[in-house]
Amino acid sequence: MLLSGSDLQAIWLTIKLASLVTAILLLVGTPIAWWLVRSRSWWKGPIGAVVALPLVLPPSVLGFYLLLVMGPDGPLGHLTRVLGVGPLPFTFWGLVLASVFYSLPFMVQPLQNAFEAIGDRPLEVAATLGASPLDAFFSVVLPLARPGFLTAGIMTFAHTVGEFGVVLMIGGNLPGITRVVSVQIYDHVEALEYAQAHRLAAVMLIFAFLVLLALYAWRPKAKKV
Amino acid sequence: MNRLKLRNEPMNRLKLLIFACAMLVAMPAHAEKITVAAAADLKFAMDEIVTTFKKANPGEELEVIYGSSGKFQTQIQQGAPYDLYFSADIGFPRALAKNGFATSEVKPYALGRIVLWSASLDATKMTMVSLADPKITRIAIANPKHAPYGKRAEEALRASGLWEKLEPKLVYGENIAHTAQFVQTNNAQVGIIALSLAVNSELANRGGYWLIPDKLHEPLEQGYIITKRAEGNALAKRFADYLGSKPARAVMTKYGFVLPGEVAGK
Repeated sequence: MLLSGSDLQAIWLTIKLASLVTAILLLVGTPIAWWLVRSRSWWKGPIGAVVALPLVLPPSVLGFYLLLVMGPDGPLGHLTRVLGVGPLPFTFWGLVLASVFYSLPFMVQPLQNAFEAIGDRPLEVAATLGASPLDAFFSVVLPLARPGFLTAGIMTFAHTVGEFGVVLMIGGNLPGITRVVSVQIYDHVEALEYAQAHRLAAVMLIFAFLVLLALYAWRPKAKKV
Repeated sequence: MNRLKLRNEPMNRLKLLIFACAMLVAMPAHAEKITVAAAADLKFAMDEIVTTFKKANPGEELEVIYGSSGKFQTQIQQGAPYDLYFSADIGFPRALAKNGFATSEVKPYALGRIVLWSASLDATKMTMVSLADPKITRIAIANPKHAPYGKRAEEALRASGLWEKLEPKLVYGENIAHTAQFVQTNNAQVGIIALSLAVNSELANRGGYWLIPDKLHEPLEQGYIITKRAEGNALAKRFADYLGSKPARAVMTKYGFVLPGEVAGK
């Protein structure tokens, strides 16, 4: 067997995490991106900046704040205790929440670009044809922005798979719960198990290459549409 | 001051240039700079030792990097620019010496001890059995797979017959300092950390600690080497010697390390 049971467990966990985060961000990121494009509010600048923060901040900063905020003494820790779910660090859902924040710009920014490219015209036409704004969004914007959604989805999924620093800082390295592939590889390397590290790292390398290949192969076709 | 004069007198400028060149050539011989890779459990003790060493040897440049012992071993094998390597597990420098990465012999410098430490509960009244208390939902230890302190923590839990029962509560820190951080932020109520970290006033004032009997685990024998890279480096040799000096030994003892030639007390 090429990969050990714990390696496969880490791969499965990573796929589960990345899929969930992508699904959540599709729901959360789409209205944010839409609002950032259409709104004329003064808040547009600050909100856009907050969304882009994870692009700039090192994972150590995010991990440190998340550990404090989600911990039992932090504001989010208080909230989760009141709700009866307990503190989030060292849990799968803690990782999901951290990843949703960490991958937010990778969903919002491609969508923002896609929505901007559509412009006002199709929406105006839809309005003259009597479509409500919501109807126009689902029957005009969504189909037109499909390549954008695909890019955003792939980027978000891939970026969540590639996450390491934040997970290490708030995950507690629990097999099947927070030990994702990147952490598993790190553990192999730390324990000087280079053969195992190589195998798993090769899987990641091939995955990353295929994702980017799919992304670039899709692009030219998308332009013609 | 005499910048104008200089501009008009090429001879002076030439002299200055020669002087500057001579200074540059002479510099490295005067002030050597060494980099020390030290296990995370040494953080507080080594900081203090370095401060006193620098006071006694003004002008010497010495930089300490703290991290996990295992990682340093790999890095030194890959040519990392460390002149001295202090490991929490003497096995790592031994392996390096065997492969020709050391210029000194492998010297034991201390025995480490592990403690139960808490930031929110009174750990001074705890024993190993207290960890089974249902109020304690998270226990932080260093990763036993590669961190020496984590290995000893696992041994102590197994020797107490608690491992199977407590495993679902365990969370794993990347190294011993990271483990302490989980406890300090109260994300884990209790941690098994190095005594050398727990005695630091910043940590000791919160909840206190309980020394885990050393019969529950293999000794945490710590050792150092001067690396191949520092061959003939007088400063590296001098700093290594300084660790055997009275003031340095006093600091190590203060942080709970048992020194070579001493009997493990307490």
